[in-house]
Amino acid sequence: MKTTHCILALCLAGGFAAPAMAEKAVDPAIYEVAESEDGRYYTEDGTPTFSITEDGTVDWLTFSGFRRYHAECHVCHGPDGEGSTYAPAVKNSAIDLGYDGFFDVVVNGRENGNSVMPHFGENRNVMCYLDDIYVYLKARGLDAVPRGRPAKKEAKSDVIREDEDACMG
Amino acid sequence: MMKKLKLFTSGIALCAASMAFANDDLIAQMDNPSQWAIQTGDYKNQRYSQLDQINAENVGDLQVAWTFSTGVLRGHEGSPLVIGDVMYVHTPFPNIVYALDLANEGKIIWKYEPKQDPDVIPVMCCDTVNRGVAYADGKIFLHQADTKVVALNAETGAVEWEAQNGDPAIGETNTATVLPIKDKVIVGISGGEFGVRGHTTAYDMNTGELVWRAYSMGPDSDILADPENTTHLGTPVGADSGTNTWEGDQWMIGGGTTWGWYSADLDENLFYYGTGNPSTWNPAQRPGDNRWSMTVMARDIDTGMAKWFYQMTPHDEWDYDGVNEMILSEQEIDGEERKLLTHFDRNGLAYTMDRVSGELLVAEKYDPVVNWTTGVDMDPNSETYGRPAVVAQYSTAQNGEDVNTTGICPAALGTKDQQPAAYSPKTEMFYVPTNHVCMDYEPFRVSYTAGQPYVGATLSMYPAPDSHGGMGNFIAWDNINGEIKWSIPEKFSVWSGALATAGDIVFYGTLEGHLKAVHADTGEELYRFKTPSGIIGNVMTYESDGRQYVGILSGVGGWAGIGLAAGLTNPNDGLGAVGGYAALSDYTALGGQLTVFALPN
Repeated sequence: MKTTHCILALCLAGGFAAPAMAEKAVDPAIYEVAESEDGRYYTEDGTPTFSITEDGTVDWLTFSGFRRYHAECHVCHGPDGEGSTYAPAVKNSAIDLGYDGFFDVVVNGRENGNSVMPHFGENRNVMCYLDDIYVYLKARGLDAVPRGRPAKKEAKSDVIREDEDACMG
Repeated sequence: MMKKLKLFTSGIALCAASMAFANDDLIAQMDNPSQWAIQTGDYKNQRYSQLDQINAENVGDLQVAWTFSTGVLRGHEGSPLVIGDVMYVHTPFPNIVYALDLANEGKIIWKYEPKQDPDVIPVMCCDTVNRGVAYADGKIFLHQADTKVVALNAETGAVEWEAQNGDPAIGETNTATVLPIKDKVIVGISGGEFGVRGHTTAYDMNTGELVWRAYSMGPDSDILADPENTTHLGTPVGADSGTNTWEGDQWMIGGGTTWGWYSADLDENLFYYGTGNPSTWNPAQRPGDNRWSMTVMARDIDTGMAKWFYQMTPHDEWDYDGVNEMILSEQEIDGEERKLLTHFDRNGLAYTMDRVSGELLVAEKYDPVVNWTTGVDMDPNSETYGRPAVVAQYSTAQNGEDVNTTGICPAALGTKDQQPAAYSPKTEMFYVPTNHVCMDYEPFRVSYTAGQPYVGATLSMYPAPDSHGGMGNFIAWDNINGEIKWSIPEKFSVWSGALATAGDIVFYGTLEGHLKAVHADTGEELYRFKTPSGIIGNVMTYESDGRQYVGILSGVGGWAGIGLAAGLTNPNDGLGAVGGYAALSDYTALGGQLTVFALPN
C-alpha cells in the first residue's frame, strides 16, 4: 500500500528547500519523505516525518503538532519549541533523541534533580497527537518551518480524522 | 444555672481575647513603617510606605548596601519580610526559608528546607514561583508548591504545625502567599490549567485545623453562598448560582482557582480576592456564564460566607483570570467619602467598586489597545448591567472551535498579571505594572485526565501592534475618573510589584533586571540600577538602625520567563520573521539574588 504512493511522496520531498540546514550536519534520511499514506508522511525506515511544499504548505500533522504543542507543552518549553528559563528547547530534542527516544521521554517522563519532565502516557491530548508533535518539533529543529503558526496546511484526511476520533473517545 | 452561664460567657471572653491578641500583634507590626510585615504592605494591599528618608531629591544617590544569594536559580516572585531585626527570605521550589539577622550583617539565624516530591514541578503551570511567606503571632507561614501549609516558629524555624491543603496528583499546586488574619490563615490554590475546582480555605492559626472551605463553583453549601443574602451587583444570587450557569458536571473540573493576593477590611469583617479562568480554555466545552469563575469575591473572615460577588468576564474566552489584587482605599467619589476597592483585571479593565456593597462605580480600559470589549454596561436598569460588551471579531467563542481568532488585545497574560500595583494616599494615584501584548487564540476540543494539563487552546503572543514596540508600560492610574495620568513605555512586560513611598517616589523592577525609581507625580525616572537577573519580584522597604533600605529579589522566570525567553514573533510580519523582537535571553540570565539599597552613609 505504502509503495504505491512513493512517486508522489518523492516529488513532495523535492519541494522541501531545506532552509537553514547548513549549520547542522543532519543525515537527510531522518527527515526526507520516502512514503506517504492518507496524509501522513514517513522516512525510508518508516519514521513519521513532515512534508513542506515549495509554497510553504505543511502537512496536516505538522500543523496539528503546532496546535497541540502550544496547548500541552509550551507552558514549560516556551513558544515554538525554543525553550524557556527552566525547560530545554525541545525542537532540538526531537532531532537528538530520535523518534523512539522522544516517544519514551514523553510517555514515561524523566527527572534530573529539580528538572522534571512529567509522564504523559495517560493523557489523550498528548498521546493521540504524539506523531503530530514529533513531526512539528522535528521540522522546527531543522528550521524547515519558521516560528509561529504555519500559514498554509494540507486538509485533514478522513483516515486521520477517524483515527483521532477513535483515540480521543 | 447562674454559675454555668457565667462560666460559659467567660470562656467566650477568653477566646475572643486570644483572637484579638494575634490580630493586634500583626496590625501593630504592619503599622510600624520601619518593618515590612506582610507581602502586600498592609491588609489594604496598598504597598505604600511612610518612610521618606529616601525621597525624590536624593534617590539618585542610591547605592547597593548589601546582597544575598538565595541559592536557587528560578523565577523569584514576592519579597522578603522584615519583623524587628530579622529578615525572612523565601525561594521558589524547593521553597527554602531563611531568617537573616539584620543586626549582624545578615547572618543566617535559621534555614528551613522542606522535602517535596519533585513530581509537583511539572504540574505547576509556568515555573515554580512562590510569592512569599507571611508572619503572625510569632510564626512564619509558608505555603509550599505541593500545597502543604507550614507554620514555623519565627525565632527558631521549628515546625509548629502542617496542613495539606490540596492534592498535586490532581493538579492542585500553590504559588501564592497566605493571608494571616484574626485567628486564621486563609489560603488559595492553583491549577486552573489542570481542571482543578478552585477553593479558598481558612486554617486555625494556632493548630492548623481546617475551619472552612469555599469553592469557586458547585452547590451553595460548597461555595458558601446564601441565595438570599449573597448579592451580585445588589441582586440576591439565588439558589444554585454555582452550578446553574454550567452544563452537566463540567463545574466539577471548572477552574476558578484562587492564586492571587488577598486584602481585608477588619471593620467590615470581610476579605477580598478574585477567581481565575474557567476550565478548559475552549469555551465551546463549557457553555454558560461559568459562575463563579472570573469573579471578585467579598467573604466573611470568620465563616467564609460570601457577602457579594461580581463576575467581570462571564464565559471567559481568552484566559483572563480574575485573580489580581483588590486594593482598598478611602476616597471621595461624587462628593462622597467611600470605602473603595480598585482592581486591575487581566481583561484590561480597571474596576472601582464600593467594597461594602459591591456596587460597580467605574470600569475603564487601563491600556488603550484593549479591543475585545467596547466597555461595561453601567446602567443598573439594563438587562446586561455589569457585563462587558464583547466584540464579535475578537470572540473566540463566536468564531468557534478550530478557528484562529487574531489580533486580540490583551493577550492571555492580561494587561496585568499577578504583579501587584501600589497606591499612594498622598497622590491618590495607583502605580501599575502592565503588559502591552496581544495574541492569536484558537480553541479546540480536549479530554480531561486528572493531573494532566487541560488547556484546549493554542495561542501566540506578540507586542501590541501600532504602538511603541515594547511589551510593557508602567502607568499611573486615577481610579475615580478612570484615566491614565502618565505612562512609561517598557521594552518588556513589567512583571515586578511596585512600591510607593511618602518620599514621592515609586519603585519597580524590569525583566532586564533594572530597579527603577520614578517621581510619583510625573513618572520622571530618577534612578536605575541593573541587578544580576531579571526582576519579577516585588519592591519592599524597611528601616534598620535609623537608615532606610529598599530590597528587591532578582531571578527571571515565571510566565514572563517562558513566553519571552526566546523572544516573541509577530505572525502579522509574515513567514520567516524570526527574532523581529527582542529576546529576554539577550539581556539577562537565570539568577536568585536579593539586592538591598540605601543612601550613602
